[in-house]
Amino acid sequence: MDFPGGSVPFTPTLTFVGGTFSPRAPLPCYRTIDAAGHAVGEADVPHVLGQDTAVRMYQTMVKLQTVDTIFYEAQRQGRFSFYMTSSGEEATAIGSAAALTNDDVVFSQYREQGVILYRGFSVQDMAHQCFGNMHEQGRGRQMPIHYGSKALNFHTISSTLATQLPHAVGAAYALRLDKKQACSVAYFGEGAASEGDFHAAMNFAATLGAPVVFICRNNGWAISTPATDQYRGDGIAGRGPGYGMAALRVDGGDARAVFNATAEARRIAIEEHVPVLVEAMSYRSGHHSTSDDSSRYRAAEEMRQWRARDPVTRFQRWLIDQGWWDDAQDTAARQEARREVIQALETAQKAPKPPLSAMFSDVYAEMPWHLARQQAEVFAHVTAHPDACPADIPVK
Amino acid sequence: MQRLGCGAAALLRRSQGDGAAAALVPQLVRSYATTQMTIRDALNSAMDEEMARDETVFIMGEEVAEYQGAYKITRGLLQKYGPKRVKDTPITEAGFTGIGVGAAFQGLRPIVEFMTFNFSMQAIDQIVNSAAKHHYMSSGAVTCPIVFRGANGAAAGVAAQHSQCFAAWYSSVPGLKVLAPYDSEDARGLLKAAIRDPDPVVFLENEILYGEPFPVDEAVLDKDFVVPIGKAKIMRSGSDITLVGFGKMVGYNLKAAELLEQEGISAEVLNLRSLKPIDRDAIAASVRKTHRVLSVEEGWPQSGVGSEIISIAIEECFDDLDAPPERVTGAEVPMPYAQNLEAAALPTVEHVVAAVKRMMGK
Repeated sequence: MDFPGGSVPFTPTLTFVGGTFSPRAPLPCYRTIDAAGHAVGEADVPHVLGQDTAVRMYQTMVKLQTVDTIFYEAQRQGRFSFYMTSSGEEATAIGSAAALTNDDVVFSQYREQGVILYRGFSVQDMAHQCFGNMHEQGRGRQMPIHYGSKALNFHTISSTLATQLPHAVGAAYALRLDKKQACSVAYFGEGAASEGDFHAAMNFAATLGAPVVFICRNNGWAISTPATDQYRGDGIAGRGPGYGMAALRVDGGDARAVFNATAEARRIAIEEHVPVLVEAMSYRSGHHSTSDDSSRYRAAEEMRQWRARDPVTRFQRWLIDQGWWDDAQDTAARQEARREVIQALETAQKAPKPPLSAMFSDVYAEMPWHLARQQAEVFAHVTAHPDACPADIPVK
Repeated sequence: MQRLGCGAAALLRRSQGDGAAAALVPQLVRSYATTQMTIRDALNSAMDEEMARDETVFIMGEEVAEYQGAYKITRGLLQKYGPKRVKDTPITEAGFTGIGVGAAFQGLRPIVEFMTFNFSMQAIDQIVNSAAKHHYMSSGAVTCPIVFRGANGAAAGVAAQHSQCFAAWYSSVPGLKVLAPYDSEDARGLLKAAIRDPDPVVFLENEILYGEPFPVDEAVLDKDFVVPIGKAKIMRSGSDITLVGFGKMVGYNLKAAELLEQEGISAEVLNLRSLKPIDRDAIAASVRKTHRVLSVEEGWPQSGVGSEIISIAIEECFDDLDAPPERVTGAEVPMPYAQNLEAAALPTVEHVVAAVKRMMGK
């Protein structure tokens, strides 16, 4: 029967579906490397991961782990205000980033620093941002870890959860109108997927035919709320078909699987002008942020088990199996990463802070007269009373 | 002392009925005016011309395409520009607002129509936290050239959730520009300026005025006619008091000025046009000339636009004032439905006249 809402068959049977009536088997989780780090023989690998890319991915994962460890400690020492690690989710960030081009436009949440690192943001750029100094590309406006780079097509982070999802759809629609061979990529957690903006983005992406790859990091915890309290039904990927959208669940701890899942999702999105949803199953091994102590709400044993499944070690074993990596290289890479990160923090901490003028610029494309007047008043005041302006704040 | 409006007695004297709006259109047709144009046609022609001028301009919202807008402001645009540039969307304000913001980040110039600004509340996070701040947070690397437009303020007979003014809300936000047209010249010139502007613009229209014709001269009909953002307009020159308003209240103030003239009071009528940036210099210059200022708005009194007008008058020209500044506002209650109560909750020309006479000591 052709209803305005769709063509559907009739049935004399009164049967509810879903919920407790006909629980469906969960969508399986695609993987290509097993927990011990060995290749799964029969796995689909439509996008072959070559040596150069694989080694670069691993080196970036090592760097990311080192940044997270040392930046976290630096925050605990009070050197800057806030930090969030991506421990346990390195393979999701790096595996997906490696499948994208820098023409693809990234809208991430706040735990995908690995993506911008892989795209070319340096450790020094990260350190400048966390210290909010004058070398920081964002001029000291954003709180730590809210990285962004126009040159790398990586939008600055929006703290308000899930707002980036509709943005990604709008940008994808613009890419489609421009006939660009690129997509937009939106990252978010399973907690953010409970926001209204998630629904708005999914439904609009599907109805507009927007080439977006949605990558959900289902890491099990939204601060202290476990995923089991976040939703009923089959996770986030399970919602894809309801929106008329292709969906895939992937092992977020398997970098090669995430690479393949993202590369294939990207191909479908661009070739078919449709959105694709990827749910990467993983675990937040660290605390939510430096404002959180997760040992208060989750079991030590759970955390220990997941840390033993470290996705970086898993990928390292696969690389060694390929003959592309060895222990000596590993030691050298970790030592070099440590040296680079410590040096970057020292350089960033010593650099001057942004000038007072950076407070007023960029509120509008051109400074309107009312802000120009307020800025002039501030400049006149600190010029007349130099002692009123802290010595570490340059005026202009 | 009650300075909000004119008190209960005046409220109860307010004339009732739907004819009020039409009667308030000023009869001051300028001699050089050659054409009458409704606000609807002014807005429609402005969008039409800007879409023809710049192919990155597109419109999205509920009912904007096939239905041609709940108030027919987008009439004929789907037929002219096709479904890729005039998009009907699912009913999710946070969705089409966020998608518009993302498209603006990527270089398009979206016009997002809210059926009314009441519904923009479901998307205000996208306007305040994303559109307004992204340029600053990206250190100027990413602009957000987008227009949010639709009917704002009191409509007629549609009660609490469809009749309120959001001018004060949006005009407090750094990063946003906020415009409120009164007549067809404003509607055309300000909307065209908004579409061409590199920053996000909140464009507050008035449902009751959509069908109202206003005289426009030939210059206004030029396809490159724009009204500068941030500048107020003196609609009528006077020497005894300055009446400051925006949108529909400018018409009330013009009518009040006519009535006051018959009593020997010369009122200057200032049309703000732009609520952010607000034309501080024009307000101050007028108050220095007249020595009195009365703000008139339909919105609520606390933290309203009138609060800002009075602050400006006091900060800029306190010593020039011959009377305490006052404001006429809507009653500080959700809008009632019953016709008598709705009428009692809104400012009237009589309120304006009474407030002016009190301030003049007459």
